[in-house]
Amino acid sequence: MAESNDDPGFDKEGLKNVLMVAIGVCLVCSVIVSTAAVVLKPMRLANQELDQKQNILRAAGLLPSDALVDAQGRSVDEIFAEFEVRAVDLATGEFVDDVDTATYDPIKAAKDPAASMALTSAQDIATIKRREDVSLIYLKRTDGELDKVVIPVRGYGLWGTLLGYLAFEGDLETIAGLGFYFHKETPGLGGEVDNPNWKALWQGVSAFDEDGDPAVELVKTRSAQGSPAADHEVDALSGATLTTKGVENLVRFWTGEMGFGPVLENLKTTG
Amino acid sequence: MSTQKEVLVDPIFNNNPIALQVLGICSALAVTINMSTTLVMCAAVIFVTTMSNVAVSLVRNRVPTNIRIIVQMTIIASLVIVVDQVLQAVAYDISKSLSVFVGLIITNCIVMGRAEAFAMQNGPWLSALDGFGNALGYSVILIGVALIREPLGSGTLLGFEILPKITEGGWYNPNGMMLLSPSAFFLIGLFIWAIRSWKTEQVEEPEYEISPNAHYKEAM
Repeated sequence: MAESNDDPGFDKEGLKNVLMVAIGVCLVCSVIVSTAAVVLKPMRLANQELDQKQNILRAAGLLPSDALVDAQGRSVDEIFAEFEVRAVDLATGEFVDDVDTATYDPIKAAKDPAASMALTSAQDIATIKRREDVSLIYLKRTDGELDKVVIPVRGYGLWGTLLGYLAFEGDLETIAGLGFYFHKETPGLGGEVDNPNWKALWQGVSAFDEDGDPAVELVKTRSAQGSPAADHEVDALSGATLTTKGVENLVRFWTGEMGFGPVLENLKTTG
Repeated sequence: MSTQKEVLVDPIFNNNPIALQVLGICSALAVTINMSTTLVMCAAVIFVTTMSNVAVSLVRNRVPTNIRIIVQMTIIASLVIVVDQVLQAVAYDISKSLSVFVGLIITNCIVMGRAEAFAMQNGPWLSALDGFGNALGYSVILIGVALIREPLGSGTLLGFEILPKITEGGWYNPNGMMLLSPSAFFLIGLFIWAIRSWKTEQVEEPEYEISPNAHYKEAM
């Protein structure tokens, strides 16, 4: 700051200059920031949407975990186009038609007292505190018959809430896949929920017992092949008891009476 | 010419912002789990430090002393928001894994430190070189840490498998500690040790010397 300004009346430390510099810097910076935000917004939104579609397709096993195209070379948008997105009332299990599925966010709704219900501690096995009244469900039909059904799931693990999708086969009982797109579990231990080998274990697991109650269990030692319990069992994650418990609870919650139970029941009768 | 070169090259080893000044450690711990996020973080810091140094240097003769820190912060914060928005638009996956750490470049001491210590006293060209050089010094350490953490922690480098893991049928049992932040502390410590053994002038004088042990007979 050695050189002085040529103008003799210029007082760099004066109030006038302080205000001018402050206002000038703010104006220039706000123009730059808002231009960047506005110009890039469509790209950001497109990315978020693409990301969500990828997560749904990966949970359903329709997209490899490390690629953006499936085995036939179809893009995410092309595969996802086969899915029908519907809003559902979790209490009654009926479809809701006056909700815009493109913009509706179930997780945001769960924070709004008017659009959600508080869970009692007995109901709240997944530790999510509030459950939205209306959620989204993704249906894929082949020749009019249900082929894949994907539901959003979430629940508390060890360090935080895991967010993911659970996919069913067309019979609405057999699990087609489970994938989490957000979690804070310990890398290498609970973080193994992202391990493709472990995720593959979920395929073909039966989510319900004979009475239609949630029956998925994460166990240390699997029951003998062919015994009735074996159909509901998935290997626990070693070294991650609380994450394992959390995953079991969240799957049971969202397949249960308080979760998507009524919706799945309804879909079975109406198809 | 020699000063220009010094300004650019000095911060890489002789006056490294992480190894000698021990600034900017928090992001060095957080983003070095894998190489791709590290490279993006380094590019972001290089851009922000260079541009903020230029911008601060351009306005240095107008800015009143009282509000200079706020002006610097505003400039740095605006640049960081622009970088964050660009990353979300063009590299969404990486921006997700960097999460808050792009935003935290605002509080990275290196950026602020160079703006206040160098750009406020020097012209735009020299300031640009200084910002670039310091960010490069930061990047060298980060890349070094990631080069060790990613292979030992996940058996991969830039996502390519180099040590086949036991869980995927190989022989390597991943070192879980390498996935946690403290491992970067150890590695940075080892880097500092290595640099100071090589450039001994960086070794600091001890702040005090322990007196020779008193003989027990004198104590009686």
